[in-house]
Amino acid sequence: MTTDTRTKRFLSWIDFRFPLTEVFERHLSKYPAPTNLNIWYLFGFLLIVVLAMQIVTGLWLMMNYTNSAEEAFSSVEYIMRDVEYGWLIRYMHAAGASAFFALIYLHMFRGMMYGSYQKPRELIWLGGWFTYLILMAEGFTGYVLPWGQMSFWAAQVIISLFSSIPVVGEDLATWIRGDYLVSGITLSRLFAFHVVLLPILLIAIVFFHILALHEIGSNNPDGIDVKKHLDEDGVPLDTKPFFPYDISHDIFALGVFLIIFCSVVFFFPTGGGYIIEYVNYEPANPLSTPAHIVPSWYYTPFYAMLRAVDFPLFGLTAKFLGFATMMAAVAIFAVLPWLDRSPVKSIKYKGILSKTFLGIFVVSFFALCYLGMVPPTETKTLLSKIFTLGYFSYFLLMPIYTRIEKCKPVPERVAEA
Amino acid sequence: MQPKSPPNPIRRQLLTSITSLLGFVGVVFAAIPFLSAFKPSARAEAAGAPVKVNISKLSPGELMTVEWRGMPVFVYKVSSEAQNALSEDKSKLADPNSNQQQQPEYAQNDTRSRKKGIAVVKGVCTHLGCAPKFYPEATSQDFDPNWQGGFFCPCHGSKFDLAGRVYANVPAPTNLEVPPHYFETDSTLVIGSDGAS
Repeated sequence: MTTDTRTKRFLSWIDFRFPLTEVFERHLSKYPAPTNLNIWYLFGFLLIVVLAMQIVTGLWLMMNYTNSAEEAFSSVEYIMRDVEYGWLIRYMHAAGASAFFALIYLHMFRGMMYGSYQKPRELIWLGGWFTYLILMAEGFTGYVLPWGQMSFWAAQVIISLFSSIPVVGEDLATWIRGDYLVSGITLSRLFAFHVVLLPILLIAIVFFHILALHEIGSNNPDGIDVKKHLDEDGVPLDTKPFFPYDISHDIFALGVFLIIFCSVVFFFPTGGGYIIEYVNYEPANPLSTPAHIVPSWYYTPFYAMLRAVDFPLFGLTAKFLGFATMMAAVAIFAVLPWLDRSPVKSIKYKGILSKTFLGIFVVSFFALCYLGMVPPTETKTLLSKIFTLGYFSYFLLMPIYTRIEKCKPVPERVAEA
Repeated sequence: MQPKSPPNPIRRQLLTSITSLLGFVGVVFAAIPFLSAFKPSARAEAAGAPVKVNISKLSPGELMTVEWRGMPVFVYKVSSEAQNALSEDKSKLADPNSNQQQQPEYAQNDTRSRKKGIAVVKGVCTHLGCAPKFYPEATSQDFDPNWQGGFFCPCHGSKFDLAGRVYANVPAPTNLEVPPHYFETDSTLVIGSDGAS
């Protein structure tokens, strides 16, 4: 018996009991990837790699971390100084969090640019949006764990936001904290969320996201429906198998990503204060607040919106309205598939209005990202207000501008694009 | 032989509805312990219990910081001249009559105190939670040449008068909070409870 036939017999033994070949073909070797995919289609793969890295490094950190108010800070110092390569594992985990957000923002922007959220990919988009929500919760809960000054006051400020909700707010904030102020009780529960609940949800939703994608198939930069033209075997003509053709691009991209990522981890592990804030090297002190409380860069656009709303309206306090605006800015992504009334998917074939508003959105997002990092002044608060309007105009005016603008015709085949 | 449809579909529908409803009620009851476990535990409640303070040795202009529920609470004496000034000069304040519910009812007066002359306020700036600094004398300060005495928050420059009332046009939106308190005797202050009476 040759090795070849032996392998075949082993595979058929497995396949009789578990659909191994079927899964491999469906999700890899026969998954049709459109031939016109570009650089924007790499980030999904990179996100999976980063997720795996966060799980592994997180698991290792957890082996030496202590989740009590008395010992959390010193256990992190212990990891940094005494555990073999503990510093590397922690820096990877911290930089991994920033990489995760950078990649997910690029991945989301791809979807917005090429209309990947449109029919029939609404559930894929919603799954992705939910992943983003959980990731934000992961980022926040993880940030609290080192129990430094920023950890403590971030928890204090974020949980206090809930107290701005009329009537039930104060009790709700106490219920979330499990104490009258942020304490070790709060730390332990955030730890439990960070290492058990949220990762399980994250993995489940990512699984759902990919399953839904592989049911419908990938969109492409031209928004062409590749399933319209099939060969005699029923395979779309304008596609190639994901494995090995498309994944080889992804692996190359992974190499480039790792060069950048490792440069950060080895040479700029705190990212100039953007990955790990310097104030967080002081242990938490509930009786003294740091002069400037600034969230991590990936939350600052929403923090800028929170500060921009400084006026009460309709009998609601400014504090609550700011909180509501911030929440709405994250939530509004969920309804994007139903706001877009355009007959075409990709920005390439949409009209000038769509292009303009997407541009306004990108400028507003970066501007708010900056404005959320710097101390507020009167001018900067005014700018935050303007850019908050810019951010929301992309979404709220979309049903209008996508309907009235003139679109270019979408070609039938990729070769004509 | 199985019947093709239930012999009495209405009865089956009713039974299904009742079973689902009871199942739902069961889930609600089962959720109670899990949701309740999130509330402050008995130990946290105990740590949040009222604290007793001996104020017999407190002299005017001296600030006593008492820790209650992990927060600083400021206790200090206000002289009668300063009390008079609090009732008169209100032009710079955002909420001079303490209309916002930042104090128990018994402290809604010009000195925001239950007992004239003894002030009890939380040392937590109503802006972003920093601990304000105490500048009791009415002398010129770097941050305010016409300073009348009170609190200045070093974080973002919020100003409060000696009764903890916030100045207008500073980042803090409301007066400093007055925690529930009562005087057990003339020299014993209890913070964290309104008292039985």
